[in-house]
Order: sequence, then structure tokens, then C-alpha cells
Amino acid sequence: MTGALESHLRARRDAGRALLVPYVTGGLAGWTDAIRAAAAHGADAIEVGIPFSDPVMDGPVIQAASERALAAGATPVSILDELRGIDAGVPVAVMCYYNTVHSMGHERFAARLASSGVSAAIVPDLSLEEVAPWASAADDAGVETVMLVAPTSPDERLARIAARSKGFLYTVGLLGVTGERDELASTAVALASRAKRATDLPVLVGVGVSNAAQAAEAVGVADGVVQGASVVRRLMEQGPDAVGEYVAEVRAAIDAVVHRARG
Amino acid sequence: MLTAPGADGRFGEFGGRFVPETLVPACLELERAFDDAWSDALFRSELSDLLAQFAGRPSILTECHNLGSKRGIRLILKREDLNHTGSHKINNVLGQALLARRMGKRRMVAETGAGQHEVAPATAAALLGLEWRVYIGELELPRQALNVLPMRLLGAEVVPATSGSRTLKDAVNEAMRDWVATVEHTYYAIGSVMGPHPYPLMVRQFQSVIGDEAKAQCSALLGRDPDVVVACVGGGSNAIGIFSGFVDGSARLVGVEPAGGAAVGRGVPGVVHGMRSYLMQDEHGQVQEAHSISAGLDYPGVGPEHSHLAATGRAEYPSVTDDEVISAFQLMARTEGIIPALECAHALAWIVREAPAMQGRTVLMNLSGRGDKDVAQMMDVLGETGGS
Repeated sequence: MTGALESHLRARRDAGRALLVPYVTGGLAGWTDAIRAAAAHGADAIEVGIPFSDPVMDGPVIQAASERALAAGATPVSILDELRGIDAGVPVAVMCYYNTVHSMGHERFAARLASSGVSAAIVPDLSLEEVAPWASAADDAGVETVMLVAPTSPDERLARIAARSKGFLYTVGLLGVTGERDELASTAVALASRAKRATDLPVLVGVGVSNAAQAAEAVGVADGVVQGASVVRRLMEQGPDAVGEYVAEVRAAIDAVVHRARG
Repeated sequence: MLTAPGADGRFGEFGGRFVPETLVPACLELERAFDDAWSDALFRSELSDLLAQFAGRPSILTECHNLGSKRGIRLILKREDLNHTGSHKINNVLGQALLARRMGKRRMVAETGAGQHEVAPATAAALLGLEWRVYIGELELPRQALNVLPMRLLGAEVVPATSGSRTLKDAVNEAMRDWVATVEHTYYAIGSVMGPHPYPLMVRQFQSVIGDEAKAQCSALLGRDPDVVVACVGGGSNAIGIFSGFVDGSARLVGVEPAGGAAVGRGVPGVVHGMRSYLMQDEHGQVQEAHSISAGLDYPGVGPEHSHLAATGRAEYPSVTDDEVISAFQLMARTEGIIPALECAHALAWIVREAPAMQGRTVLMNLSGRGDKDVAQMMDVLGETGGS
């Protein structure tokens, strides 16, 4: 059965819309307002990061956000409790490191996500070889497990990962950790092309998509983008309204690409 | 023999390969390269030659008559402190540097918190012509100052890890972040029996030279295995190295953890740095900071094979306090004329404490490193008189 996130993203993509998924670190000051602002200004889904003490896939901005959220007392339980009360109007996926899941237990964590209205989970340190116990618990609870592919994934492996992914396929745009870069890496477009050939799932580019122009470049090939550090930095520096403005700017930029392509 | 993990990299329920997808193909490539090298007689003989001619192996056994006779035990040290660069770390590092060169990698990256795994890799990199960067927890810099200059002299780039708790675990995080960005030409030389498969297996194999030698040396000296084999445990590479020679026999295997970093003693199974193992963490799964007088043992996790040996009961993992360690450090210096690394003073501290219950027994302790690196720190602790 196709889950809520995937149905939603497929329908929008098939209607010709470029997909935009902003990432917000849960537990930061103003994070729930940022989710509402992002949804109101054109996000198709929201990715909520559950802060972890040792975020090895994250660069300085999201590390700092995680530390700040943890220092403010955020826990996986407090974040999921707050999420339950949010009606963003678009699906929510959580991103968390595997020890957060492992610590609570697969079944309990999956049930907790479901009861908080979370559609999907992205667990970047859970590879295809290790994902089965979690993914089957998530499947049973109706939670979609979004898998990631990287520039280093060979085609044959990419296809197997895509086959296990639900919600969308997350393509890691570059060799490196999350964070803003001056240019979109050439690996982002190359990987998105390979992914598009391998799967009919919505293909989103994340990691290193740093502004509206880069998002526009990415959706020339991919179905959409995930934007993390650029969103989180605005939330930390300027607050939730700035997140809304930024999402609107990216929305306009990627819509223009799609319209040109049709034009 | 210690068992080989299966294709899933598990020692019992521990181990595995919990890394971002970017690194999975690199781990698979490394696994194939290591298997290929380890079964290649040419590689093995090149490594043996380096261990003999560069590192100075085999390391000797030293019997501590003064310490042992007073306590009613026979105490024998395996002298890894006499290796070039002053610890067992060189065994692993030479193996991994040779492997990196064989794989065509030009650059190596590593973490360190310890005094022990910093100079050794820089040395190997210099010898084999590899570019080397090492991450060290920023908080460890003051107590590791004596190691930083030699590393730089050897041509290594030393980068402080300024994220998180700024200790060894964060140095590992930074090294992994570096590797994620540079994986196509960079080799990550993990310094202990930790991380994703195949590292725990590979590092164990490179350190098994300690156990192989010690087994034969004990056989010559005692005509049998010792009754007890003791080593300190942070990540656990020196312990797994010496245990590997005796795990088949009946010797009691003891891995001594610092009280402030007792992953086996106080942790619960968790997943960080690519492996499932005992881990000090809070109720929400946030990894806790370890605290130990020894920077090399300041690690909240432990190698997965130790978790397995603990879970199956084949080895035991008691802990000792910083105060016990300081006393043991002084004791070995005064009575045996050997300044041990603070890491190894943990093993001795346990032996001293437990000696009354081991009367008449023969105890083999892995003296995994020398204490020169720790003297500045100990001067702060003991004063300039050295506590006399």
C-alpha cells in the first residue's frame, strides 16, 4: 500500500509540480511556527530533524542547531508530542539517527511516529543491509521508510535501495555532510539522473542544495529538493517568518523552471 | 581463535555496519581489499618485515619481581611500550597504511583522543609516503601537547575537533565527516577495534600479533598459559590483541575500563560510529561523554567484539577509578622502573586491587604503551616532586 507521503508527493509531481521539502530541526526556538510558515508558503512536505548528540552526516549549521535544541531540553518524545498538535496541512517525515530509534525500540518508535501523525522516517545511518528490522516495524505501523542513495552507490545497488524506499528516494547530492555550498555539486545532477532512470518514486535531491538558484538547477533533473542548512540557519538567525519568506522564494524559483519546461 | 563475523559483520548481536550510504560502498571495498591482502602471503610478509625492522617486534616479556612477590602473584608484562612510537598502535597502523597504499589511496585520515594512536600513524604515513590528517578532540589538546609536535614533525596535519563535547568521540565524528567528503581517495584508519565492519575484525587481526607472540612466549617461560590475562579497554584494541592468543584456553580474560568510561560496565547496547555495541547513553539515546584521567580511554563506547565477549561471559570488564590509576602509575614507576601509559595503569590498578584474591596465580598484563606522553599531565596531578 502506498503511504500518505508517497501518495501526496506522487500526485503533486504527476500534476507537474516541483517538490519542495524544507528541513527543520525539532526543538529549536520557533520550530513549530517554522513548520507552519513553510507549509503556508509552498512546502510539499516537511522534514523534522530529531537532534542527536553525534550527527555524523551533518555539517556545522545543523550540528549547532542540534546542540542548541538539546541544550533547550528537546527529546525525541517531546518533539513527537509537539508534532501531534501541529496540523501543517502537508505530510511530515522525521529524520533521526538510528540510535534514537534503537534506544526506544523499533515497534515503540514506529507506533510513536504513527500516533504523532508522522508519515515517514529518514534514518541516514541505516543502510540497506541494516534496515530490515526497522523497516518491517515501520511498515507494520504504516510509517514509510525513506532510503538514501549517494554518489558512491553503484547503479545495481541504487536500484535495490530504490526498491526498498517508500515516500520518496532521497539522493545525497554530494560527497560530504549537510551544509550550504557556493554551487550545486555536479554529483547532484548526475545522481538524480541515475535515480530517475532506476525508479518511478519521486526523486529528491538533498545535502548541498543551498539556495533558490541551486534548487531550480536541481529540479531540472530531479522531482524536487530537500533544503536543510539554508532553512535552519534562517530559523536560528532570523526566526520562523524568515523561513516562510525563504520557502516562498524557493517555491517561485522551482515553479519557474517547471513552467519554462512546459512552456 | 576468536570467531570471524559473518557477512553482516556481527559478533553475536554486536557489530554491523551502521554508516551513511555514502560510506557503504567504501566499507565493502575495504572488506574485499582486506580479505584479499590478509590471505596474500606477500602482504603478510611485507607487514611482518615492517613489524620486525621498523616497529621492533617481537616485543619482550618482563617479569615484575618486585611488584609480584610483594602481592603474592607472578606478574608478567607484555612490553608493547617498547615498540617504535611507544605503543601497540603501530601494529594496526602499519597494517592499515600498507593496505591503503595497496588500495591506491593517497590520503589517510584518523581520529585520536589518546596519546597512543597519533604518533604511530603519522610515522607510518611518513614511511609509506601518504598524506595524513588526524583529528583530535580540542579538549584533549593541552594534555596531548607532547604528541602534537612530533606528529607535525612527521608531516601530519593535526586538526582540533571543535564540535560536540570536543573529545575522542567528536574526533571520530569529524574523521567520519571528512571521510564522507573524501571517500574516493581517502582511507580512514580507525585506531581501535571499533567502527563499521570490517574495521573491528581487521584491527583485531592486525593486533593479534600481540597475542600470538605472548602465547608462544608464555609457553616458553611458563610451559603453559598464564592464569589471568589483563588489559585496559577504551575501544579495546590492545585487549583484543592479547586476548586473541588465549581465548581458546582457560585463562581468565579481564578488560579494565575507566570508571568514567565504562561502556560495558555501565552502558546498554546502542549504535554509534557504525557499530552496535555497549554504549554510555541517556534514556533518550543521546551518547554521554566519558570522563577518564587517560585521554585514550575517554570513549563512551567499546569495540563490538568486547561486547560479545562480555555478553557470552568469556571475558569480564571491571572498572577502576582515576585515583586507583594514579597510584598504580606511581607504583610501577617506583618499583619496576617502568613508566606506564595512563591507559595501562588501569590494568595494573585492577591487578593491585584484586591481587589478594589471586594468590599464587600468574598474571599477564599487556603494557600497551609507555607513559612519557603522560608525564606533563601527571606533574599537574602529583606536583613537581612526582608525589614523593
